[in-house]
Amino acid sequence: MTKHDIVIIGAGPAGLAAAVAAYEAGVKDILLLERDCEAGGILNQCIHNGFGLHRFGEELSGPEYAGKYIDMLKSTDVKLQLGTTVLNIENKIVSAVSEANGFEQFEAKAIILAMGCRERNRGPISVPGDRGKGVFTAGAAQRYLNIEGYLVGKKIVILGSGDIGLIMARRMTLEGAKVLAVSEIMPFTNGLSRNVAQCLEDFDIPLYLSHTVTKVIGKDSLEGIEISKVDENMKPIKGTEKYFECDTLLLSVGLVPENELTRQAGIDLDLRTRGASVGEDMQTSEEGVFACGNVLHVHDLVDYVSAESERAGRSAAKYVLGTAAAEKDGLNVNVGLNLGYTVPQRINRVNVEKGVDIFFRVRKKIRVGEIRVESNGEKIASFKREFLAPAEMEKITVPKVLLDKANGSITVSAIDLEEEAK
Amino acid sequence: MYDVTIIGGGVCGAAVAMYLSKYDLKCCLLEKENDIAMSTTRANSGIVHAGYDPEPDTLMARLNVRGCELIEEICEQLNIPYKKCGSMVISFDSKDEAHLEELYERGIANGVRGMELINKEELLKREPNLANDVTGALYASSAAIVNPWRLCIGMAETAAKNGVEFYLDSEVTEIEKINGAFKVTAGGKTYETRFIINAAGLYADKIAALAGAQDFEIFASKGQYFLLDKTSSWLVNSVIFQCPTEKGKGVLISPTADGNIIVGPNAESNNERDDVSTTREGLDFVAQEAAKTSKLVDYRENIRSFSGLRANSDKKDFIIGESALCRHFINVAGIKSPGLSSSPAIGEYVIEILEDCGLIMTEKAEWSYPEAHICFAELSNEEKAEICKRNPKYGNIICRCNVVTEGEILDALDSSYIKPRTLDGIKRRTGTGMGRCQGGFCGVRVHEILCKYYGIDATEVLWDKNGSNIVAGKVGESND
Repeated sequence: MTKHDIVIIGAGPAGLAAAVAAYEAGVKDILLLERDCEAGGILNQCIHNGFGLHRFGEELSGPEYAGKYIDMLKSTDVKLQLGTTVLNIENKIVSAVSEANGFEQFEAKAIILAMGCRERNRGPISVPGDRGKGVFTAGAAQRYLNIEGYLVGKKIVILGSGDIGLIMARRMTLEGAKVLAVSEIMPFTNGLSRNVAQCLEDFDIPLYLSHTVTKVIGKDSLEGIEISKVDENMKPIKGTEKYFECDTLLLSVGLVPENELTRQAGIDLDLRTRGASVGEDMQTSEEGVFACGNVLHVHDLVDYVSAESERAGRSAAKYVLGTAAAEKDGLNVNVGLNLGYTVPQRINRVNVEKGVDIFFRVRKKIRVGEIRVESNGEKIASFKREFLAPAEMEKITVPKVLLDKANGSITVSAIDLEEEAK
Repeated sequence: MYDVTIIGGGVCGAAVAMYLSKYDLKCCLLEKENDIAMSTTRANSGIVHAGYDPEPDTLMARLNVRGCELIEEICEQLNIPYKKCGSMVISFDSKDEAHLEELYERGIANGVRGMELINKEELLKREPNLANDVTGALYASSAAIVNPWRLCIGMAETAAKNGVEFYLDSEVTEIEKINGAFKVTAGGKTYETRFIINAAGLYADKIAALAGAQDFEIFASKGQYFLLDKTSSWLVNSVIFQCPTEKGKGVLISPTADGNIIVGPNAESNNERDDVSTTREGLDFVAQEAAKTSKLVDYRENIRSFSGLRANSDKKDFIIGESALCRHFINVAGIKSPGLSSSPAIGEYVIEILEDCGLIMTEKAEWSYPEAHICFAELSNEEKAEICKRNPKYGNIICRCNVVTEGEILDALDSSYIKPRTLDGIKRRTGTGMGRCQGGFCGVRVHEILCKYYGIDATEVLWDKNGSNIVAGKVGESND
């Protein structure tokens, strides 16, 4: 068993940023474990641009964005171990296996969980129909296309309007496939507006809102897809069926934080985010174990993953160096009206210098809204926001002076001002 | 000239093959698909029933109870996922309770051991997540769960190791009778054989018809299922049945031998023989019925919905024996539930039948099970360290959900007697792609391993059946 100050699990954007930040904060003995044969995570297959506008002030492709962090990492003494899969974490001991080193155990003072997320697939949404080949998650098709160099199909229907699906609609079109339809069960798209414009509208790809796949047809291989309009309860309406002859159905129906290691380690999970429940320092319910990036909650932009992970890296460094403040003045953050979740789920006020960032998603579209922070029924802060949508992660920064007015817990809500006016 | 030719590579054909391989005979098995375990065997509940369901003095009763014993032994020898978790038939009212007593009596008559009628309190103590309006249960300790396709593959591998020849992609299209023997045409080749075992499952009546021996009919009955993630494994500890009705054993909730939870099936009679589609109505029905057993099933944890087909017949019992219409043509047909549970006992029984038909059976001096394959995830830390030293490929995790290593995949390719050629073939032997991501991550890597192993182009790799090529073409090729 070897010992390290910090062991980071996953060298995608989250793990890379956390490693660099922890190193810069003064911890030199860091081990970064990655199961793939190179660092960068999912960015490596995201060859489109649009990354880095916030973090680097320029538009980069996924591999370029990852490259910037890999370069930063190279200027440190962080030990990056590739091809290594972590099997479990128990009492700060990380068990892992690799072809190069076989079975290994690492004892860590602090651990940063940065395992990312996976795509939701056909199972949880129970798309009915045949068993035949031809149903892929958008990310799997993206990997086949951008890394392996193969097209999974030539006539495509996409279910779900998540960003990967939209990006793949454009990408498959550019490679000569015909994207016949994008079907979204909600009355609004699930991806960023810029992706809807640049990936669908620019290529005249029809978007069917309030539509879902009601039948997959093709016994051995996919032959066609039937979609139907859904009512307000998201139940398909008989008689609205549309049939598309196609060889591929791509699913872009959401991402799920990959927390199997977290769960096995007995760390508290938030049922809303499906990630660990953390404080403002990204520390989980287990002391010295931190989490950041998509393993914590699914982000829209990698830039925000980096920012959050740098925060986790600095906190882990503080913990190792013994400069972290003990939990005092803890506040729970409750999810109020129209909110899907918040991160962090608790705030240790002694750690807050000027203010604390609270990230959240709303559960419905709100044109004119107010984000209200209350404690014991009293409003302590309020933020005006326009065009809130579930597809876009939002942030408020609550100043310390206002936070000090709270007692025990705070509740964050999104008020639809237009609805309230009615 | 073969002594015996088995038609059908499902769990029954494989069991017959395994028992035949113990004797000095020249045998072969013909399978129309590109792998074995491709139909009913790969899509069912995976339950080894205790044997209280069938009417006493039927083949189903006798073979189920015997099969239940044999499966345990075979699974241990071949390291096949199996767990003797017991089963509960639960009651909700006095009518059900009377039914449980009847089942208990029937079980005694059938020779089932380890049964127990338990009250509500005891039931909820053992199964705390059941609905609160249960009133009691019939518990059977000998009931178990097994990975059904692994059982089939394990028995087929044993048969192949011990000399039975397997021919895949060999659909039987003609059976001729010449000089007291048969000439079977399959996949463009002919096989001369003294005996035929018709284990063709959903198509057994069609095969019988080819031999002019059709005196029964097969009806496909569809059952739809949900398979939940391992994170739902807390839900039940044993197989939970509701009281059976004339339509079947009803919707069950059960752990699977691989650690998931299975919920289903419904029963849709008169289904097409090749229609394994799922439907919204069917799955809704399953969920509605399962809710009577437990209110805590979380369908967001569903990782796959699927359908399987039962090979029901117009006869009440299994149809096993020499055909009255054709000498030396032995049917193993109409193998409905408890078919999987009975399968090895069916194999054993067919040996008796062949002997009665005059086939001289001499036991081989040497016969053995193939070496069980390594399952990395099951090993202790020390064993993991040791095995990685022996072969570093065990250190390369390919399927992250089920922790399947490259070493295990290469084992399935290198040291199999019936080699998998498709992504699903690897899945059935190693468990890749069977987890929560359903191959989203590992599919492409298994694909790559298959390319390398067989020296084929990526476009040639099949997902499952012939024609199911995974990728459509290379990027940059001209598109029509």
